[in-house]
Amino acid sequence: MSVRRLAPKELQPGSFAFTDENLAWAKATIAKYPEGRQASAVIPLLWRAQEQHDGWVSEAVIRYIADMLDMPIIRVLEVATFYTMFQLQPVGKKAHIQVCGTTPCMLRGSEKIIKICKTRINEHPFHLSADGNFSWEEVECLGACVNAPMVQVWKDTYEDLTEQSFNKLIDGFAAGNPPQPGPQNGRQFSAPEGGPTVLKTIGKVKS
Amino acid sequence: MTKLLIDGKEVDVPAEFTLLQACEAAGAEIPRFCYHERLSIAGNCRMCLVELKGSPKPVASCAWGVRDCRPGPNGELPEVSTKSPMVKKAREGVMEFLLINHPLDCPICDQGGECDLQDQAMGYGIDTGRFKENKRAVEDKYMGAVIKTSMSRCIQCTRCVRFTTEICGVPELGATGRGEDMEITTYLEGALTSELQGNLADICPVGALTSKPYAFTARPWELNKTESIDVTDAVGSAIRVDTRGREVMRILPRVNEAINEEWISDKTRHVVDGLRVQRLDRPYVRDNGRLREASWAEALATVAARVKAADGKRIGALAGDLAALEEMFALKDLMGRLGSVNLDARQDGSLVDPKWGRATYIFNPTIAGIEEADALLIVGANPRKEAALVNARIRKRWRSGALKVGVIGEQADLTYKYDYLGAGPDTLAEVASGKNAFATVLKNAKNPIVLIGAGALARRDGVAVGSLAARIAAECGALAEGWNGFAVLQNAASRVGAFDIGFTPGGGLTTAQMTTFGTLDVLFLLGADEVTVADGTFVVYIGTHGDRGAHRADVILPGAAYTEKSGLYVNTEGRLQLACRAAFPPGDAREDWAIIRALAEQLGHRLAYESLAELRHALTAAAPHLAAIDAIAPGSADDVRKLAALGGTPEKSAFASPVADFYLTNPIARASATLAECSSLMSTGRRLTAAE
Repeated sequence: MSVRRLAPKELQPGSFAFTDENLAWAKATIAKYPEGRQASAVIPLLWRAQEQHDGWVSEAVIRYIADMLDMPIIRVLEVATFYTMFQLQPVGKKAHIQVCGTTPCMLRGSEKIIKICKTRINEHPFHLSADGNFSWEEVECLGACVNAPMVQVWKDTYEDLTEQSFNKLIDGFAAGNPPQPGPQNGRQFSAPEGGPTVLKTIGKVKS
Repeated sequence: MTKLLIDGKEVDVPAEFTLLQACEAAGAEIPRFCYHERLSIAGNCRMCLVELKGSPKPVASCAWGVRDCRPGPNGELPEVSTKSPMVKKAREGVMEFLLINHPLDCPICDQGGECDLQDQAMGYGIDTGRFKENKRAVEDKYMGAVIKTSMSRCIQCTRCVRFTTEICGVPELGATGRGEDMEITTYLEGALTSELQGNLADICPVGALTSKPYAFTARPWELNKTESIDVTDAVGSAIRVDTRGREVMRILPRVNEAINEEWISDKTRHVVDGLRVQRLDRPYVRDNGRLREASWAEALATVAARVKAADGKRIGALAGDLAALEEMFALKDLMGRLGSVNLDARQDGSLVDPKWGRATYIFNPTIAGIEEADALLIVGANPRKEAALVNARIRKRWRSGALKVGVIGEQADLTYKYDYLGAGPDTLAEVASGKNAFATVLKNAKNPIVLIGAGALARRDGVAVGSLAARIAAECGALAEGWNGFAVLQNAASRVGAFDIGFTPGGGLTTAQMTTFGTLDVLFLLGADEVTVADGTFVVYIGTHGDRGAHRADVILPGAAYTEKSGLYVNTEGRLQLACRAAFPPGDAREDWAIIRALAEQLGHRLAYESLAELRHALTAAAPHLAAIDAIAPGSADDVRKLAALGGTPEKSAFASPVADFYLTNPIARASATLAECSSLMSTGRRLTAAE
């Protein structure tokens, strides 16, 4: 991890406001907490704001949420900089690819995936590709070790990747036609590759 | 009470104590960085580890309650060790970790010599580190005019974050990021807006936050320390004046639980550079409209000539906000001999008469007494600006949840929540008649306080307003046995003292009348800079700085500032305190009482005291209640009742705080470049960068 700072001034939009739908949701979220404890809603609200705001949290978002929760603005900044899932820089418009680099994925070839990210997107994580459509970062374990290596884009995970299928995935996002989330090698969830290896006779009546 | 065995010694401490407090009660020294007895407990530096029998690991004593210590299997007392090999090793380990990222810049660090980390590394650390990698470096942050940052030195104890949030009441500092990358910063590096932020330099246990104006000027061991008191407001905070040679280098707080605990305001601390510049260091006489340097003999002769030619009734004297008791007493004495009763110390034009009794002009419940109050009505005052440390005390009590605050006057940010009742005397009348809901709050309170600002009393209708406030105090039970809740918040250090010795017009002219055209021939200004004197009066200015008074003066007699003389002051509580001399006045300047005595001699009136000690004897004889230093001669509740009976009809206009700019209330502060920068930061609300 490195020092997390807000994006430079020239990238910061001047203002932010929830859409009507999100505002209603935010009010319902705040209402979950007792009177005077509304600050507890800061993480869900920041998360929803990030979703609405093209996948990243701007300075205006922080101000807006501090205002909404009646809490000191520095406290919201503390939360936003503490949790690495809040992106403080603009991310790719079409996909922000989070590559798992923890041990199981690394053993199964995540380094090759990262290499592709470096060549096809940007040499450095958190930097946009030339067309602004993609960005990537290496993250810690996303909990799909059985299907290593894997990446997460927005809310979906794409597993059992190879260099080939990962390239296809990027192409798919670029064309606006991403592949089906889940294992990319045809297996179902984390079931054994190539069909079941045990309990083959399940359901069949033993003669 | 709970019994514990600490280092083999049995102690009996309250169950709510922490282990650290219990260890201290047993006489054991526990090193600490993040723990501070006036802040909440963080428990993140791990320096206070002790061994607790039965616990597999050392425990952080600052965050471990005495009631959480379990007895042994046969009911033995819980056993704590602060000197065992395990504790020694734990401390060495923690110290090694803390020093991993701490730069080795002690030789250029301003904290050097008074650094907790330095001292504790010597006391509890080991001589080598095993960390061979690069140290972490952190960018320095901008925090305003008085705090300099060197963030690589930060050990992330978060004392500063807790201080600004809890004591200052401005949650502007925070810790962003996490782990190794945690950084202390304000939001987007804006300037802090607290008037207590200078204390950050004191509570920072390392050299990460230091005093900006004091940077690279002196080392603690080359300074002479003088314990004194502050006069920039009427609180009378306990300070330590550090001097090198004849120059005051810095001012630090001293602990005085009754007044300032261990904080001081920025004005108190950073007035230092104002003591050096704009000083009047020799007498001046006005010749053909221009001030020119003169000798003492010439200046005194010039004054004597004018005074001898004038009728006693056409001579007057005004005392400024920083005047000590002695010089006011001597000046009053002299004026009496000249046949004048035109004396006033109420530069703000207040008509409060000390004859009403001491209780009508002092802060009766005392500052420490705020912590017993459960309801507080603030009338026409902004305590944050007028007495920052009284405000901090109110906030402390408010944070405990036991204090309800109502405000009539300015709707300012006081750092605590309050019921805003209204802007002017109408609302005050409503509370007095019981029509306002807050009247019930006051009535139901056990120890209510009615706090009235000097600004509210200085209005034209000040007497009526004061009377109304006194009526509220009387009727809500604030004048009970053992509790006097009528509190006047003065804003000038000299004011209560002046009232106590009667430096007010005993039938003579008031400030307003004395500064009007044609009323006086000669006017003495004893450091009085807040008034504008009309043309035609011969003005003798006895003071320290080239401020308003000196510009108007016909003769300037250079005096000594509060750090350059031994002087008595009475704070807003009515507490007599002694300010001690830390340095000498510059050039030909002399102590004010000596100037007045020399002048009296020139005029043929020999004052009956040759030394300061004799002067104080005479002073005590004249005002016997001013005999004991640090003591308060309490006022009588009956005086407040008499004030309540005065009555009168207040006007409609809203109350306004007499302190428009917290940082620039006296001539010394106005001469300070640091306070000028603070003031401009506060007024523009804009961040200044280093280049400006």
